[in-house]
Amino acid sequence: MTRSKSAEKKAPEGTQAIQRALHLLEELASGVRDRGLGDLAAALDLTKPTAHRILAALEAGGLVARSPEGALYRLGPRAGEIDRAALRQRGGSLAETTPFHRRILEHVTSFSWREWSGYQCPLTYGHSYGREYWAVRDAAGVIDVSPLDKLEVRGPQARALLQRVTTRDLAKLRPGRVAYSTWCDDAGKVLQDGNVVCLADDRFRLTAAHPTLRWLEDCGLGLDAEVVDVSREIAALALQGPRSRAILQEISSGADALGALGYFGALATSIDGVAVEVTRTGFTGDLGYELWIPADAAEPVWDALFRAGAKHGLLPVGLDALDVLRIEAGLVLIDVDYVAAHQSLLERRKSTPDEAGLGWTVKLTPGNEFVGRPAIERERAAANGGGAAWALVGVEVPWFELERVHGSLGLRPLSPGQSPVRKPAPLLQAGRQVGQVTSQVFSPLLKKQIGIASVEVGSAEVGTLLELEAVVDTRRVTFVARVVRLPFYDPERKRSTPPAETIGTETIGTEAIGTDAIGTEAIERAHGRSAETRS
Amino acid sequence: MSARTVSTRSRWDAIVIGGGHNGLTAAAYLARGGCDVLLVERRGVLGGATLTEEPFPGFRYSVFSYLVNLLRPEVIHELDLVRHGLHIQPTESTLNPLPGGDELYREADPGRSYHNIARHSRRDAEAYPEFKLEMTHMARLVHRLQDTAPAELLGREAAGVEGRGAVEQGELAADLVRHFLDLPRAQLLLFARMMTMSAADLVDRWFETDALKAALTTSSIIGSFFSPRSPGSAYVMLHHYMGEVDGDYRGWGFQKGGTGAVAEAIAGAARSFGADLRTEAPVEQVIVENGRASGVALADGAELRADMVASSCTPQVSFRRLVPSGVLPADLLERVDAWKSQGCSGKVNLSLSELPRFASRPEPGPHLAGGVSIAPGLDYVEQAFDDCRGGSFSRRPFVDLVIPSVFDRDMAPPGQHVLSCFVQYAPYDPGEGGWEAQREAFGDAVIEVLAEHIVNLEGSILHRQVLTPVDIERIAGITGGNIFHGELSLAQLLLNRPAPEASSYRTPLPGYYVCGSASHPGGGISGAPGRLCALRMLADRGGAR
Repeated sequence: MTRSKSAEKKAPEGTQAIQRALHLLEELASGVRDRGLGDLAAALDLTKPTAHRILAALEAGGLVARSPEGALYRLGPRAGEIDRAALRQRGGSLAETTPFHRRILEHVTSFSWREWSGYQCPLTYGHSYGREYWAVRDAAGVIDVSPLDKLEVRGPQARALLQRVTTRDLAKLRPGRVAYSTWCDDAGKVLQDGNVVCLADDRFRLTAAHPTLRWLEDCGLGLDAEVVDVSREIAALALQGPRSRAILQEISSGADALGALGYFGALATSIDGVAVEVTRTGFTGDLGYELWIPADAAEPVWDALFRAGAKHGLLPVGLDALDVLRIEAGLVLIDVDYVAAHQSLLERRKSTPDEAGLGWTVKLTPGNEFVGRPAIERERAAANGGGAAWALVGVEVPWFELERVHGSLGLRPLSPGQSPVRKPAPLLQAGRQVGQVTSQVFSPLLKKQIGIASVEVGSAEVGTLLELEAVVDTRRVTFVARVVRLPFYDPERKRSTPPAETIGTETIGTEAIGTDAIGTEAIERAHGRSAETRS
Repeated sequence: MSARTVSTRSRWDAIVIGGGHNGLTAAAYLARGGCDVLLVERRGVLGGATLTEEPFPGFRYSVFSYLVNLLRPEVIHELDLVRHGLHIQPTESTLNPLPGGDELYREADPGRSYHNIARHSRRDAEAYPEFKLEMTHMARLVHRLQDTAPAELLGREAAGVEGRGAVEQGELAADLVRHFLDLPRAQLLLFARMMTMSAADLVDRWFETDALKAALTTSSIIGSFFSPRSPGSAYVMLHHYMGEVDGDYRGWGFQKGGTGAVAEAIAGAARSFGADLRTEAPVEQVIVENGRASGVALADGAELRADMVASSCTPQVSFRRLVPSGVLPADLLERVDAWKSQGCSGKVNLSLSELPRFASRPEPGPHLAGGVSIAPGLDYVEQAFDDCRGGSFSRRPFVDLVIPSVFDRDMAPPGQHVLSCFVQYAPYDPGEGGWEAQREAFGDAVIEVLAEHIVNLEGSILHRQVLTPVDIERIAGITGGNIFHGELSLAQLLLNRPAPEASSYRTPLPGYYVCGSASHPGGGISGAPGRLCALRMLADRGGAR
């Protein structure tokens, strides 16, 4: 909003109130601090009652808002919307915004954004992701995940359609359960990964990063099922962190059922009178839930969360923190850690589920005839040459190695709060490139550099030492990195449920993390190894 | 090794006296190095002054020490403390409330800090990053010093140690000399000045805003009975600059569960290496036989034998109380008697029914997850010091506060909070009936100062705990209640910490070592004296074989 004293001079008779309102808005827009009534009235040479009357009218229209304790004035949410509309009309091409955008604007102070599937999302709310990260690990955080693609698959053969597409065996997926899965092309190369929630025996919802309606429709030819895009109708929030259960129980009907909701379980509840579906899922490797909310009732649910969450330390969390959290949790991200087969120019950049670290989602059970199964079976049968060429592993650079390399350049290891790196970095063994780290970050909790990597199977054994290329300051350097098992961080609370109310957790939900691939024992072994870091 | 088998033992390779963070660190390193280790602690809980307690139901206080920044990365990673529960969240800002609802606010982001400081002075805002860079240069110098025993730095000990050890130490000394000689001349000179000058003189050359000068120099007085205008205070400031969180100098962090959880993590590491940690085992005396320390006698009469004994207590306790008279040279004992370890700080812990609302920032925000320091000007701090010099506590004290429950919601019931206030100055003896008579008046003085900046304070206090130097001495066993076991003034540093005869962690009594905060490099939750002492003991043990 620009200041325009000239508008005042040219204004026709009888528009004094409008002029005053305009000046009040300009005065509020001129600084960063909230303003008191007396201060505003004095600045514009108005009496307090007049200023109050005008401000009240502006507040009713959303152009002015008051600080939570009610004493101070600031610009309201409508001001931002008008600003945005003006930009749009000027002809700029703007990113889409989610149903939570107005609420996000109230919290954001950094104005650093990343576009996610064409939606404008905060990268951080504050100047760095630090507090947001710790909120999820120590208290609770809310991430707007509305940009996810959401499809509903309905009809008598809905299950058959999904069974045909996904590598998981969904034959026994009951209502109230969620299955994480992969889907592949005919060559057995991964197209995408995502969650399937069973809403009813003939109704499922699939959520994934990329649009996948066409693929489902094509695969469903001849089946009595329809695929409906509900992406815009459903807003989504991920509520993650150790306090997420307590917050959710406080604001939703059926607190007991929520308390008993097992890992990868789903239930319908109501928050502030809004019907919300809750799944115990997330992308942070922590205790957490995702809330699926009618888009037109998005704001009341957000408000209810923050009303109850404030005392638990709830913060809104941006995409930078989410990236750190999911790397610690060893969760792969499409376009970053693997390339979707149908979007890959290069054959060698495509991966089978085994190569993308998602082999545990492949269930070669009788009757689970999914697209790509024969190719995957051939790959697995081949093993020892001809089988999977790549393996997904974790790599870590211990603190002393960071100190050594930085020290050789006269530097200290790093300044905290650096954003995760999504640019691939080569991994070498005896001077030959054997793979690449695709996501890496300094883990604030574990205090070492960690990364998700694809390496040739011959170099993938846990404990293998590789050289990680990097640029420090202006110099090309190599760090000694060690191959470790994923995930890096795996708190027990992620999948545990308070005792005595464990009904329904013994089904496929417990399997969802793939205990066959990364069992507790293996994780402990991995931790045991990390204990030897400096020997 | 199970607890049952060790309970009947009476002989170990090494016994460590005192279960504070340095004693625990020493025990962990000794056990990691292959020693059978027993640690004996007087109290029923481990931690010493790194202690979390719940004096009021639902409210957990970091009773004494409250933030972590000096903990050595070596200790963190060599002992794998993250696996044992180390969980440190960095603080990201510092708020200095000023009179009249004004403030000085500094954030991690340099751009934001520029604008915040520029509200007071554009020149200062511009100088600030340059000052920080200069201090980083200085911190790098002392940083090198704190990972080495002072005697070894000068190569003095090298001659007495055989084989590889001598070569390594010789190289280290040469390396350090090279390091210093390679320094730009200006830096070397500044470093020399910083060892003796006052913190106020240092910042005077950089800044014009009084509030900024005060804010930057408060770290120079923490735990020391002097003011920012006292010569030598610049070094104490530097001591804190060499602290780091993940490589960031001058970074501070909050440990989940309070500082007691740091002690628990180190204890967990020690146990994982096989150390036996015993509480409620006060030591009566160190046993001396054939001119060697050969164990400890407990208050209950039990005699526990070991080849080596390390004390993490203060010099007064380690040398005067625990060792039989006539064993140690009179020279050393004279130095111990002259050791400056006068308590000067107190602690006020509060339970609050709601978040504090600062006059300059009434709404909740990131500033609550940072440090808040009440020291609005150099004269203010000077006056606080003058009060104390006159024999009473500061009527308007310097207060450094954090809100632990913002970092860790388990520190207080939902919606309620704990406020931890480090307060200076509070003398060991306030006169007029002592602390029992004056404790509440001291608490009131702190509340009064806080209430000038926290608008909702007085209606929101549910409980308060007021701790004085006498309490630090009584509870944590620190003679005089000095949080560093002795001031960090030049006369008590490096070769003089705690005394030349003991600066290599060895003492004139063979087999007896000192590993507490009174040893190099000094106080703060660093684990450094404990680590260096244990490495010295392990090397000696190797040499003896």
